[in-house]
Amino acid sequence: MSIDVVHVTKNFGAFRAVDNASFRAKTGELVALLGPSGSGKTSLLRIIAGLELPDSGAVFFHEDDVTYRATRERNVGFVFQHYALFRHMTVFENVAFGLRVRNVPRPAADARVRELLQLVQLTGYERHYPTQLSGGQRQRVALARALAPDPKLLLLDEPFGSLDARVRQELRAWLRRLHDEIHTTSIFVTHDQEEAFAVADRVVVIDRGRVQQVGAPRDILHAPANAFVADFIHATTGPRAAGF
Amino acid sequence: MSGAVVSLATAAAGRRRDSRRDAGGPLVLLALAFVGVLVIAPLALVFVEAFRKGFAAIAEPDALAAIRLTLLTAAIVVPLNTLFGLAAGWALTRFDFRGKSVLLTLIDLPFAVSPVIAGLLFIQLFGTRGPLGAWLGERGLQVVFATPGIVLATLFVTFPFVARELIAFMETQGREQEEAATVLGASGWQTFVRVTLPNIKWGLLYGVILCNARAMGEFGAVSVVSGHVRGETNTMPLHVEVLYNEYQLSGAFAVASLLTLLALVTLAARHFIESRKGEPS
Repeated sequence: MSIDVVHVTKNFGAFRAVDNASFRAKTGELVALLGPSGSGKTSLLRIIAGLELPDSGAVFFHEDDVTYRATRERNVGFVFQHYALFRHMTVFENVAFGLRVRNVPRPAADARVRELLQLVQLTGYERHYPTQLSGGQRQRVALARALAPDPKLLLLDEPFGSLDARVRQELRAWLRRLHDEIHTTSIFVTHDQEEAFAVADRVVVIDRGRVQQVGAPRDILHAPANAFVADFIHATTGPRAAGF
Repeated sequence: MSGAVVSLATAAAGRRRDSRRDAGGPLVLLALAFVGVLVIAPLALVFVEAFRKGFAAIAEPDALAAIRLTLLTAAIVVPLNTLFGLAAGWALTRFDFRGKSVLLTLIDLPFAVSPVIAGLLFIQLFGTRGPLGAWLGERGLQVVFATPGIVLATLFVTFPFVARELIAFMETQGREQEEAATVLGASGWQTFVRVTLPNIKWGLLYGVILCNARAMGEFGAVSVVSGHVRGETNTMPLHVEVLYNEYQLSGAFAVASLLTLLALVTLAARHFIESRKGEPS
């Protein structure tokens, strides 16, 4: 499913979080929203999910205007920055949640959950509670839970933000492989350009609510559209970017 | 060199800890003496007196009527205020709307207003000369000096308990889990039953227990609206006062010990819940 964000603007009181932002994610693409903290990328992600309403502009899912469609009817998967796992449910019931509320028959639902737990390499942890898991494991439960109802779009908010560097590297490569396997259109938010460039098919660079540049990692690195992009990708990436 | 510094520092820290322990002794004793004189001694006395004089007074018809009225009042008030508290907690912590801060302040009103004034308010409103009282009186419904008035006054005095507890509890939990449920396709009701309620159950129970304790123990507001008709509009706290004023000390202490028992059960339940509140399941 392709996603179009068209001239979206969102204010929180006097603060303009998203300013006339437009971009497109093609079917099956893995797109990164990259920008410094407070740049409005998470607000944009929440607008796509329907957790926030834009003040103006529109969101299209495969040519379909969903701007005012209820969140629960959008059929998107959302992985929250701090996972937002249900603390009172086991890993199994967390992953099953999206199927239970849709009244999927139990045998089919249970089979689907087992399949997903295998996909995220958590077979054997069915009866654990979220507090008994490491950060990386929680992250994978959140991912399995989001994927269970077979969403047409997967949204991830700083998916590796709260993990330590080594786990981050591992999960990053794993997410890329996973995406190549399931081909769900995915959009993830990150402030780490190395992460964006290593994982995404295309990168949307955002600053102060505005889209600064959209392009393949190679194009952005070789031809930054403006001074902010050039500054941002070099300031934090350093000399390593040159070799990319 | 650095080793010497470290050992000096630990020695200093050790001295500090020791001096704190020295100061701690008298303080702990003072606190214990305070609690002993103000809390434990009177509580113990209630039971000692009640046992010495016997519990027969509880079985008297007037006492039984008071117990029945108190239980009836709590049975009506606690569920209503639980519902109200849930609605208020949900609305105030999960949605942003105009007038939110005003509503938050209004919830605290019964804490700020003296119960006696709350009672007078209901007399004004529902008394035979009050606007609502006259209208209801014509239809044969007496509110003031009858059970409905007692229920209303108790409802007013105890309505912040569940709401306040839940607002604080839900505020710290945030909206994220509920948002996750919504994105996963859950309806508002499914989200509430499957995600919100299991997460707040200990906070809710805590609020309900406090609400119940106050509903059964409330004196001021109920005293004003009750009219003190023995066997009819006396609740347990009011009955204790009546007996005491008539120098029937054995009866007063017997009924008081029942109320005190309720307080102890409340405290025990509260302690249990406090220890469970932070747990995941």
